[in-house]
Amino acid sequence: MPTAIEVININKTFGKHHVLHGVTLTVEEGTTRVILGGSGSGKTVIMKHMIGLLKPDSGEVRVFGQNIVPLKQDALVEMRKSFGMVFQQAALFDSMSVFDNVAFPLVEGAQKVSKEDIKRRVEEKLSILGLGQAMQKFPSELSGGMRKRVGLARALVTEPKIVLYDEPTTGLDPITTDNVDQMILEAKQKFGVTSVVISHDIASALRVADRVAFLHEGTIVEDTSPAELRKSQHPFVKKFLSTWFDK
Amino acid sequence: MAAAVSPALQKLTRPLEVIGSGVIDGLDDLGAVLMFFFRVMTRMFRPPFRMHVLFTQLEFVGVGSLFIVLLTGVFTGAVFTLQSVDAFARFSAQSLVGATVTLALARELAPVLTALMVAGRVGSAMATELGTMRVTEQIDAMEVMAVDPLGYLVAPRVFAGAFMVPLLTMLFIMVGVAGSYLVAVIFSGIDEGAYMARIERWLDPSDLFQGLSKALVFGTVVALIGCYKGFHAAGGARGVGQATTGAVVIGSIAIFVLNYFLTALWL
Ligand SMILES: Nc1ncnc2c1ncn2[C@@H]1O[C@H](COP(=O)(O)OP(=O)(O)OP(=O)(O)O)[C@@H](O)[C@H]1O
Ligand SMILES: [Mg+2]
Repeated sequence: MPTAIEVININKTFGKHHVLHGVTLTVEEGTTRVILGGSGSGKTVIMKHMIGLLKPDSGEVRVFGQNIVPLKQDALVEMRKSFGMVFQQAALFDSMSVFDNVAFPLVEGAQKVSKEDIKRRVEEKLSILGLGQAMQKFPSELSGGMRKRVGLARALVTEPKIVLYDEPTTGLDPITTDNVDQMILEAKQKFGVTSVVISHDIASALRVADRVAFLHEGTIVEDTSPAELRKSQHPFVKKFLSTWFDK
Repeated sequence: MAAAVSPALQKLTRPLEVIGSGVIDGLDDLGAVLMFFFRVMTRMFRPPFRMHVLFTQLEFVGVGSLFIVLLTGVFTGAVFTLQSVDAFARFSAQSLVGATVTLALARELAPVLTALMVAGRVGSAMATELGTMRVTEQIDAMEVMAVDPLGYLVAPRVFAGAFMVPLLTMLFIMVGVAGSYLVAVIFSGIDEGAYMARIERWLDPSDLFQGLSKALVFGTVVALIGCYKGFHAAGGARGVGQATTGAVVIGSIAIFVLNYFLTALWL
């Protein structure tokens, strides 16, 4: 199977703070890769490298075989057309309504989509995520979980080939969480979408994952299948999982 | 190395180092702003052209600043005339008041004061808006959606500044002259014929061009600095606040400094 994303031995420091120590991670096309790890371990930083929002101090990031680290703005814009990303804090445009937020990538992006198509696709995505009633609201009028779902709708509305989810289900109720998991699975099965999911919800993570990477103090300490991860001997991973096994 | 230098010598070199690094930082910033300007310019003249975004900005900069520009214009013309009438009376040259005030308005007062008002109202707003978008990752989100934020956010704002400040300056001159006329002819009883004749005799279209060309530069610079500050804001609410303050302070200083050089260039 071809690889969609390869992160090769990247290092990243912010000032004196060395966040990533030689991280290597591959994501096969058409699979779902989950990244687990403690808070502040560098998960979001890795994800931002995958889409060129951050550049590594050393190492390479390859998307469909192309090293994106040296790319200039125009080439990055081109590359990002096959991506969608859900931000941890939603990052909605606060001066636009929910509808306009979700329509944004269709209206302003590269795809030429007719007005009717935009309306149809936006409404469809929003109603799947239970936001049919909130279309004309503004982000400041939404709850945290609603904002997260608008962010999801916005990332998925262009039907991208690769979707990066930064904690898509944090703050959602169990039913909506299940809905989101189903969406991730369905996108993979129906359209061969490649997904990278950062999650704190171990149950949901293991349900959607084809492969799991466990990040601890800026290095990948486990890179296996969900079933194998449960047998991990790494002390921090064991501790991390035990909280969930106890339930 | 530093340990080898005697403390006395260090006392001498230390201020030089501070000044030196200040100058280098300043030049670095200037270089960065110029790079930013260059990148924005490349976006301004190539598609996609987003007319709805541009019109929002034109309206915000132009229509939004109308009231304060009209108000400051009338009062500037009026008060400058009041002083001139008093001063010119000392050597019986009151009929020159109109020409003097109009010349000063067209060349200096209108572009500088209009730009200062716009720096306070518009430059700050641009810095706050873009700064908030930066620290809440809205700009990152835009990039991720393959929309170039320089083209979508910055180019229309800089264009609106460059386009609207000259227009506002025009208005400033017009209401300024009206205010001046009011004070000179109606309140101070200067002969209307002489007042108008002197304006016609001494005023040249090039005076107007001088003012408007300044306005064009100031409008571009004020919007550019506001956007630059906002676009590079970091560190939450405090960072946005610093960006806003920086936009107004640096924008205003830039107006005064550039005004000197532009004037020298014209004269
Ligand atoms: N822009 C930045 N500037 C400075 N430090 C940063 C920046 N982004 C991240 N960091 C630092 O990098 C480390 C990893 O951050 P990251 O956001 O990747 O954590 P995370 O694994 O996503 O945590 P969480 O699960 O809480 O979201 C943190 O210690 C953070 O302080
Ligand atoms: Mg994170």
